[in-house]
Amino acid sequence: MTGRRPDPEALLARVQEEERRAGRGRLKIFFGASPGVGKTYAMLEEARARRRDGVDLVVGVVETHGRVETAALIEGLEILPRRSLEYRGGTLKEFDLDAALARRPSLILVDELAHTNAPGSRHARRFQDVEELLAAGIDVYTTLNVQHLESLNDVVAQITGIQVRETVPDSILEQADELEVADLSAEDLLKRLEEGKVYVPEEAARAIERFFRKGNLIALRELALRRAAERVDAQMRGYMREHGIRETWPAGERVLVCIGPNPAGARLVRAGKRMATSLKCDWTVLYVEAPGQRISASDREALVQNLQLAEELGAQTATVSGLNAAEEMLAYARARNVTKIVVGKPTHSRWRDKLFGSTLDRLVRGSGEIDVYVITGDVADAQRAPAPRAGQGSPPGEYVRAALVIAFCAAISFPLSSRLSVTDVAMIFLLGVVFVASRYGRGPSVFASLLSIASFDFFFVPPRFTFSVSDVRYALTFGVMLAAALVASHLTLRIRAQAQTARDRERRTGAVYAMSRALAAARTPADLIAIATRHLTDTFNADMQILMPDPAGRLEGGTLDEKERSVAQWVFDHGQRAGAGTDTLPSASGLYVSLAASTGVVGVLAVRAAEPTRFEDPTLLQLLETFAGQAALALERAQLADRAQKEEVEVEAERLRTSLLSSLSHDMRTPLGAITGAASSLLEDQGKGITEPARRELLQSIVDESNRMNRLIGNLLDMIRLESGALRVQAEWQALEEPVGVALIRLGERLQQHPVQVNLPRDLPLVPMDAVLIEQVFVNLLENAAKYTPAGTPIEIAAAVLDGVVRVDVLDRGPGIPAGEEARIFEKFYRVAGGGPATGVGLGLTICRGIVTAHGGRIWVENRSGGGAAFHFTLPLGSTPAPSVPGELGVE
Amino acid sequence: MAVGPPVALLIEDELQMRRFLRAALESHEYQFVEATTARDGIAQAASRNPDVILLDLGLPDGDGIDVTRRIREWSTVPIIVLSARGREQDKVEALDAGADDYLTKPFGIGELLARLRVALRHSAQPASEPVFVLGGLRVDFEHRRVFVDEVEVHLTPTEYKLLGALVRHAGKVLTHRQLLKDVWGPNAVEHTHYLRVYMTQLRHKLEKDAARPRYLLTEPGVGYRLQGE
Repeated sequence: MTGRRPDPEALLARVQEEERRAGRGRLKIFFGASPGVGKTYAMLEEARARRRDGVDLVVGVVETHGRVETAALIEGLEILPRRSLEYRGGTLKEFDLDAALARRPSLILVDELAHTNAPGSRHARRFQDVEELLAAGIDVYTTLNVQHLESLNDVVAQITGIQVRETVPDSILEQADELEVADLSAEDLLKRLEEGKVYVPEEAARAIERFFRKGNLIALRELALRRAAERVDAQMRGYMREHGIRETWPAGERVLVCIGPNPAGARLVRAGKRMATSLKCDWTVLYVEAPGQRISASDREALVQNLQLAEELGAQTATVSGLNAAEEMLAYARARNVTKIVVGKPTHSRWRDKLFGSTLDRLVRGSGEIDVYVITGDVADAQRAPAPRAGQGSPPGEYVRAALVIAFCAAISFPLSSRLSVTDVAMIFLLGVVFVASRYGRGPSVFASLLSIASFDFFFVPPRFTFSVSDVRYALTFGVMLAAALVASHLTLRIRAQAQTARDRERRTGAVYAMSRALAAARTPADLIAIATRHLTDTFNADMQILMPDPAGRLEGGTLDEKERSVAQWVFDHGQRAGAGTDTLPSASGLYVSLAASTGVVGVLAVRAAEPTRFEDPTLLQLLETFAGQAALALERAQLADRAQKEEVEVEAERLRTSLLSSLSHDMRTPLGAITGAASSLLEDQGKGITEPARRELLQSIVDESNRMNRLIGNLLDMIRLESGALRVQAEWQALEEPVGVALIRLGERLQQHPVQVNLPRDLPLVPMDAVLIEQVFVNLLENAAKYTPAGTPIEIAAAVLDGVVRVDVLDRGPGIPAGEEARIFEKFYRVAGGGPATGVGLGLTICRGIVTAHGGRIWVENRSGGGAAFHFTLPLGSTPAPSVPGELGVE
Repeated sequence: MAVGPPVALLIEDELQMRRFLRAALESHEYQFVEATTARDGIAQAASRNPDVILLDLGLPDGDGIDVTRRIREWSTVPIIVLSARGREQDKVEALDAGADDYLTKPFGIGELLARLRVALRHSAQPASEPVFVLGGLRVDFEHRRVFVDEVEVHLTPTEYKLLGALVRHAGKVLTHRQLLKDVWGPNAVEHTHYLRVYMTQLRHKLEKDAARPRYLLTEPGVGYRLQGE
């Protein structure tokens, strides 16, 4: 077949898919139309064949239901012992997932994919167990009936009249590597039923009878075969795409399903799934919430379930808020290039539509180029556009105030009644009514308009001081006033409700933004965790903890007991939600959400709310996930920054290593030359020629040059330790004056020409540092000062405590540092031009920098006003204060 | 008390070191015995009963610290360990295992002889004297009074105890551990910050220039020493 170029997108997707699968086990589903067609039998037969091929095979759980032939097939296979669970006074035997994972066979048999696990199992459903097995790289054979497929659930219910509760998401079928249909004609199946070869649980006998009617069986068989065929079709398309075989591809479609908070929405969702599958496109399920709307608890639960169902079936879900449902739906649809909208048929009476306008009508009329599919099953009257209720009824105080306003209107009109015409008075009352409507609820505004009509009638309409009306035209006036009141109050209430929604939305977004901003400013992972935890706790009013993994991948931190910690660990390992309110480990006391960033899962968020069911609300859950996502990204960023910094250090170290060798030989050999020369002269002399003072001189130079070499070697060794990363700072609480003192003594004579002033504040706290290393820093700095400054000039050592660090200053009155070289002098082998003789190898300051940096401090140099260089370095005081020293009683 | 010149045992495998030390010690009237391995060193220590032992920590066939422990099992002879710079850990361990002092290679003869003198003095007269004088520092143990350049200095009980420990081992190094144990008790051996604070206080009370101490010397990474002579 001549091909075009294979679609690169598809190939990429395929490669990614393969990578994903590389670590996964293979799933083979033995698929059938109903119980009794022989799925388990087929599975076992194939298993035995694989076993003969030498595959390491284990029977996880297989229901033989007492059938002899099936039991015979199991014989000889390794069977995994079941787990016993106590439940309601009895013991249930369930599939032992942990044992299977520990055993880690190549292939495991797990019957009845749709089975619901007993409470106490890790997952609520067996297909979740199978997921985990596959993720661990274990191949799985399993069985499944067509009626257990989620998207076909209602179709099957229609056919058989039996609603199956245990369903399996279609994604499992779609992701399965192999599908084998165990097919049996209706007649053969019925014959087997008669022969008693089909398992029928006692309790369900009557129901099963109804199930096993020929018509049902035929329909189910067709459904099963068709579903399997769809899968083959998809595979074929995949194959064609990969190999560049041309085919007609439907234009990009997108389906939007709009649901409301009632159980019938499930039907809409499933219909949406079928449509999306047949069009092979993405689909979204949308719920438009009317602000201020009150929904009963059961309706809200139905809504939650429908949204969860939608997600399970592979849809994106969204919730938006708006008074005009049709408008919101269309806006959402247009923003996302939706091509087809699916809604339910309205079931409320037509009068409602006439009074308040029909959502459906508005939707259809406004749909433009988008197709609208209206199917049975939903009750669309949840969208009550024109009559929102902003909370409960108005407080009685408002009624009183409304009455007062009207009274006020009457009061001012009364004295002027002779001057004004009746119409003018009506206007004044109207004004009063509009005022009330704009400020108070609907109740008070209706009350105000009625009251104004009454007052108007009583006080101003002839015959005055009676409620009767002489002119029928006033009826019109009354009507207008009432209408005006209602319209004004309706409008204001609507605006207020919208403002409230906008505020809510803004508040939520604001909370996310605030946390993002705070996180952006944080430096260390510890800070990030603290900030994130704080924001989360404030926003969600629940106890939040973030757990991070140690290098081995075990979570640490937080205050959780063993059981909760293991749940959190599971979440970390699998990157999925678990805990209260989810399907996995629902008996845990907290909800655990994985913090997933681009490189994987970086941690786990543990949520403990007073009412654990709070987080079943999808809106709240979505918000939580958003926050978690932000936190995860920030943490990842911090970790990556950390890593980048470490790598920078590595690169720097590498550079150091290479340039070290270059200057080495010259600087080492110079003092050696002097020593060899002097010593050999003395040796050669043999007592003649060299005078005593000359002899002493030579010997002295040997000692001096040896010392110089010693120092050089010391520097080199320090340098080597620094760059090989072997420099370990053994920090202890030290008094700064000690290393200063030691350095001064060590330098001894070399500082002879320079008076050294030490000005350390008396109350300088203990500083965490490595005494030996810091002493070296002082030695190097003082040596430099002595070498590069003229004899007689003073050197000063000072220190001060600032902001969490101690800053130490070593000041001289020498020539200072050439402008622009302040950073370069810390480089290796850098020597200031024109330095005196025997100026050393140029490593001293580099070593100082290495040591100070290893302590977490900074070192830098400035030129002083008045001449000279000022070297400064900081040592962090650390976050914990120096431990206290026990006091003593009495003073000597 | 040994009769005749003091016997110094050197346990050192480096030929050059042995040469130089032999020359140095013999010229200063020490009787010189040498051993090149740990085993040999222990044997010599047992048979020759030296007055002082110089022990190199970098022996090929044994851990200097082990040797120290072994010798300490049956002898109180002063042991001075020789070690390279940057190996403070080893020195501390050796001192805590029973060594009396240390020298950092490379060292000069002057230093070596000074340490030997101090070591021998302490081994000869372990009993303390009622009054200790060092330069301008005078400690009257009987009356528990301390004077610097004839001016009395008031010390807190802990400071006094600390000074006392240093004085009793004047010229010898005391590790942090030893000092802490001595002054605060065995439960305090990890609390080096006590020492820092109190040494700082002592220095400020006794020294003219705390940053350039005359008496109270810091041995970085190891401990403290009161100036010997």
